[in-house]
Amino acid sequence: MNRMRTRLVVLHVLVLSMLAVLSVRLWQVQVMSGAEFVSAAAETRTRDVMVAAVRGQILDAAGQPLVRNRTALVVSVDRTLLSRMKDGDAVLRRLAAVLDRPVKQLERRLRSCGPGVTRPCWPGSPYQPIPIDEKVSTREALQILERQEEFPGVSAEVQAVREYPGGKAGAQMLGYLQPVTQEELKKRDRLKAGFSGVDLVGRDGLESVYDHALRGTPGLRRVQVDRLGKAIGVERQVAPTSGDTLITSIDSRVQAVVEKAVHGAMKRAPKADGAAGVVLDVRTGRVVALASAPGYDPAIWTGGISEAEYQRLLSEKAGKPLVSRAMKGEFAPGSTFKVSSVSAMLRAGYPLNGKYDCPGSFMVGDRPFNNFRGIGLGTLTLHTALVRSCDTIFYKASYEQWLRDGGLRPKKAPQERFAAMARAFGFGRPTGIDLPGESAGRIPDRTWKKDLWAATSADTCKRSRTGYPEVADKTRAAFLKRLAYENCLEGYLLRPGDAANFSIGQGDVLVTPLQLASAYAALVGDGRLRSPRVGWALVRPDGTLVKEIPVPVRGKLPLTEKERAYIKGALSEVASDGTAAGAFSGFPMDKVRVGGKTGTAEVWGKEDTSWFASFAPTSKPRFVVVVMVSQGGMGGSTAAPAVREIYEGIYGFTPKGEAAGAALPDGKPVAVLPMIKRDGTVAR
Amino acid sequence: MTGRSALTRRRPFGRRAVGTQSAVWQVDGVLLVAVAALCVIGTLLVWSSTRTWAPGATGLVKKHMLNLAIGTAMACAVATVDHRLLRAYSPMVYLLTLIGLVLVISPLGSTVNGSHSWIMLGGGFAVQPSEFGKLGLLLMLGMLLAQPAEGTDRPRGLDLVFSLVAAAVTMGLVMLQPDLGTTLVLAVITASAMVVAGVRKRWMIGLTLVAVAGAACVWFMEVLEPYQVARFTAFLDPSVDPRGVGYNSTQALIAIGSGELFGKGLLEGGQTTGRFVPEQHTDFIFTVAGEEFGFLGSVTVVVLLGVVLLRGLQIAKRCEDRFGTIVAGTIVCWMAFQSFVNIGMTIGIMPITGLPLPFVSYGGTATFANLIAVGLLQAIRMREQSF
Repeated sequence: MNRMRTRLVVLHVLVLSMLAVLSVRLWQVQVMSGAEFVSAAAETRTRDVMVAAVRGQILDAAGQPLVRNRTALVVSVDRTLLSRMKDGDAVLRRLAAVLDRPVKQLERRLRSCGPGVTRPCWPGSPYQPIPIDEKVSTREALQILERQEEFPGVSAEVQAVREYPGGKAGAQMLGYLQPVTQEELKKRDRLKAGFSGVDLVGRDGLESVYDHALRGTPGLRRVQVDRLGKAIGVERQVAPTSGDTLITSIDSRVQAVVEKAVHGAMKRAPKADGAAGVVLDVRTGRVVALASAPGYDPAIWTGGISEAEYQRLLSEKAGKPLVSRAMKGEFAPGSTFKVSSVSAMLRAGYPLNGKYDCPGSFMVGDRPFNNFRGIGLGTLTLHTALVRSCDTIFYKASYEQWLRDGGLRPKKAPQERFAAMARAFGFGRPTGIDLPGESAGRIPDRTWKKDLWAATSADTCKRSRTGYPEVADKTRAAFLKRLAYENCLEGYLLRPGDAANFSIGQGDVLVTPLQLASAYAALVGDGRLRSPRVGWALVRPDGTLVKEIPVPVRGKLPLTEKERAYIKGALSEVASDGTAAGAFSGFPMDKVRVGGKTGTAEVWGKEDTSWFASFAPTSKPRFVVVVMVSQGGMGGSTAAPAVREIYEGIYGFTPKGEAAGAALPDGKPVAVLPMIKRDGTVAR
Repeated sequence: MTGRSALTRRRPFGRRAVGTQSAVWQVDGVLLVAVAALCVIGTLLVWSSTRTWAPGATGLVKKHMLNLAIGTAMACAVATVDHRLLRAYSPMVYLLTLIGLVLVISPLGSTVNGSHSWIMLGGGFAVQPSEFGKLGLLLMLGMLLAQPAEGTDRPRGLDLVFSLVAAAVTMGLVMLQPDLGTTLVLAVITASAMVVAGVRKRWMIGLTLVAVAGAACVWFMEVLEPYQVARFTAFLDPSVDPRGVGYNSTQALIAIGSGELFGKGLLEGGQTTGRFVPEQHTDFIFTVAGEEFGFLGSVTVVVLLGVVLLRGLQIAKRCEDRFGTIVAGTIVCWMAFQSFVNIGMTIGIMPITGLPLPFVSYGGTATFANLIAVGLLQAIRMREQSF
């Protein structure tokens, strides 16, 4: 028995050391590193869920909603969670049965967009729940919510969805929302965690420019979860702050009139492939309406766009309805550009009250440049030259200035007065409007020619040797070869023809309808060139003003008051006695006198671009209205009637000149911000 | 021994039962209190860890208490039997447990949670014969090794061989389920019975070498299931796959560690409520103690287990017959091993094996077996001086 006793003593020691080991280790784990495990526990036990803030509305100047929210039941799927599960496919199959849609369709919408993946696909972050149905019924939502164990990773919740009361009106200007991408999420300084709903970001138009203000601050809900990620309680909650309301200077009634006018103008011109209409408030520089045709219904973005719809938006055939021609479309301005050229003449020393010869044709170097239809108009004042749109006076002046700059052997610092004046009118650079992706247009001066030649001479010089064997038309191929030869040799030079074409807004000069409207507003207004603004003010949902958005002045026209009044006076007769008289016959000029300038720009291989840049009333202009119809033909016959339609709408005239319902009965844009009451409704 | 013959004279039943001379007064009170305390703590922990998901407001507590009641009854029954009488019945008990183990492997056995260790009795009750197998084997070994060789205090060589055969049969049947944890416990029981019985050191070393060689064979011949290997590698480095096999270790550590010194309070443990640790009412019940009762609570559990073990050793020491000493010593080793491995795996110092924590974990058969073992200890204690 003694041996057994000894061995029991050994066991005794073993048991005691075992107790010691366990106790020491427990001390280590629980007391020494307890704090670490507490935070690790908090990390595994809680999940931060972002509660998306309601996005601010976009209102027009009278407080009417241009973009508002409606609530919708949205079903979303957490793809990361689903992929971790064994029976993720079964969940999708059950979901497809509840939503009565093919499984394939759900699977397609859950894929990440990328090269070779056609829409519908998910353009947002892979860690966000992906909305797969925005139009579920309450019954379907309940089926999912009541049987959560059958639908892990699937949620159905009420979300705000964008709604557009104006339909297609101003779609390109308003922009659209798309799910935030991973990169954008990384760039945000705060709130990197995923939203419970869909984190949308403005992708174009006002939605994009004022995204930060409209988005608001998302709330946070720290939820306790079990190991399956199922929420079992709320630990902390911070309510979201709704986004600010954006009040714009757009008048939805005028916008509707403009939309109708430009779409109508496109229909009337058989070959027209696009049109734009701009209405500016002359005194403030704010945008009253901005339309581009063809348009599209922005509601198609809501809930994931289909591949067919997306391709249609981008397609040439549908006329690229996503692109706003009003600010992104670049077109030769034609005679509307002469306001710049006549100003350049004045600065170059041509007398304001002088008499100028307007022959049917003018020899620029060795090439004759003709008036419209080659008709000579005799001796004219600058006033009549503008009213009757003489070209040869401007050819001559521009050619003379070209020679003054040294012609083909330019001086060291050529003055280039015509190009400089065009720049002073704001052409050749973006207007700086509060919308993204604006085009700069083009002022083809000597520097531009040099740069172009530097970029293309290698190709043109090759072509001057090889010719154009792929062009079937022999004469045309020969012409192109000769052109390439000339370009190769002296393409860096501004040729006399270039200077002549520039003076009447032809050749290489390109402007956007918005630039033209901005230039005319400066001319007929106070002479200051402004950056047009669509946004007027940002207001909190409870009605307090955050800030009024100022309209920056970006330049002053180098013209005296008298000179501007002279040009304005000339333009004031265009609609009554000049090139637009036909379009405005029967318009009650005694009530509202409209001034303006037509433009018919030739485009090689296409129909002419039709322009009418106008303002009214001529005595104290309130509005500048510009309409451009691409491939629309003559300015006086396509664009001018559309402008007339717009004025009729604004002031309330029937085509026969009788009084009708006016968009702006007092003939003025809304001057006071609409009041938003504490409850968010608009007081009028 | 004959000097105490007066005490062996039969007294009236009443006096035998509760009189001053009664064996009842010989019961080890400290052991009793420690086991009772562990059972109470276990009940609270089962409540905390099952109330969130098991049907009924109190989870599996009622069933657990029923198990404890049945186990206590069994323990009392065992305690009243003279352990020397038990020695005579040992072969029968051993054979009965073998039959149970054979039934498990037969089509009558059922698989629960991936281990084929159960026989369903119907009505929601099931038994796990391998738990009784531990008792059967340790009684059988006690019987075989109790008889010393002539003139020595060491077991006879032939008895040693029989012991090894008996152990091999039980372990083999358990391996067929397969149940690695219980097989290890059976090995510990066999080894400790031999140690306590005074088997020569060189034989012990030889047997250890054979066991190590056998284990190496098992490892390299890839007899183990992949999940068993994975558990072992995960123990060595839990960060390898925190979502997979390392998940249990990581989550157990988080739960225990976040309890800190004082714990979060009963039913207040977020990790427990969220069911982050799997098998939390059975194998990982210690994590609930760690989280909700903190360091103080978990050390209390360790100390209570220590009290049970030390009292068991005390009983083994004081018992004057070899059978009692061997059985008591072996029970202590079994409990010590199971407690150490169970707690050790929750605090990352032992690999994960499916062993319950004695007296604390939920589980009918294990509770019965553990309480019967306590009954055995008490039976030995009550009659330690009755030689």
